[in-house]
Amino acid sequence: MIETAFTPLASLSGGILIGVASTLLMLTLGRVMGATGILVGLIQPATSRDFAWRAALLAGMVTGPALVWLVSGEMPAIEVPISTAALVIGGLIVGVGVSFGSGCASGHGVCGMARLSPRSIVATLTFMAASFATVYVIRHVIGG
Amino acid sequence: MKLIATYLIGLIFGVGILISGMANPAKVLNFFDVAGTWDPSLILVMGGALVTTFVGYKLVFGRAAPIFERDFSLPGVARIDAPLIGGSILFGVGWGIVGFCPGGALPALGTGRWEVFAFTAALIAGIVLARAIQSAAARRAQQAT
Repeated sequence: MIETAFTPLASLSGGILIGVASTLLMLTLGRVMGATGILVGLIQPATSRDFAWRAALLAGMVTGPALVWLVSGEMPAIEVPISTAALVIGGLIVGVGVSFGSGCASGHGVCGMARLSPRSIVATLTFMAASFATVYVIRHVIGG
Repeated sequence: MKLIATYLIGLIFGVGILISGMANPAKVLNFFDVAGTWDPSLILVMGGALVTTFVGYKLVFGRAAPIFERDFSLPGVARIDAPLIGGSILFGVGWGIVGFCPGGALPALGTGRWEVFAFTAALIAGIVLARAIQSAAARRAQQAT
């Protein structure tokens, strides 16, 4: 386990930027900023036009670390406190889950909740509860 | 023009994710660990993103159409069904195991860290697997009728 500091200012600013980006994507393309939808659309694009905007969006996201590094002088912290096996198994479960659940924290948790979509509210409450429960079991029941 | 705008929107999203801490599994897992090394930062990420998007959408939906397209493409399925609940439970379990979600991992690919690539490869494999299960189930349903 790695302890992390409470970062209210950075986290709030980051959250606002996520909201600004979600708003701008709706304003320009009329699309929901959902990471799952973007990824699925890149794996199985319906048309080449559909592929292009998703690829541009992903290219922008991936340039994020370079910009953070240019401005702050350091790469954003990424600390992975779990084994490689857990990383891969967790990744598979997330992939299956977001496909059946049609969305993740950005699509349901931000964009869907902001539209007050009942589906997204139910999905968000469900996956947040499952995450809290999973971490509790892993760290305090199995690991405790 | 449209693609440049989209690229810049992706960049804003990526920077937001990175400085918020959503791309850092240690931070995400600590948010879920209320009984242990709790870090409440993610409340501010989700809250800030949600309030900003809520207000932003209100303004945007005052328009007849988006700037570059004829219509808004909004998810239209209103049903709360078993796949939604089951899938969300699975996503929550997986997120609780790794601390990466799709939106957190995609911008983090740009750091070049192998852990992010390993997670994203597994994520894509999971999506492809789910698609295969879904189309097999659809085929079986079609044959049954």
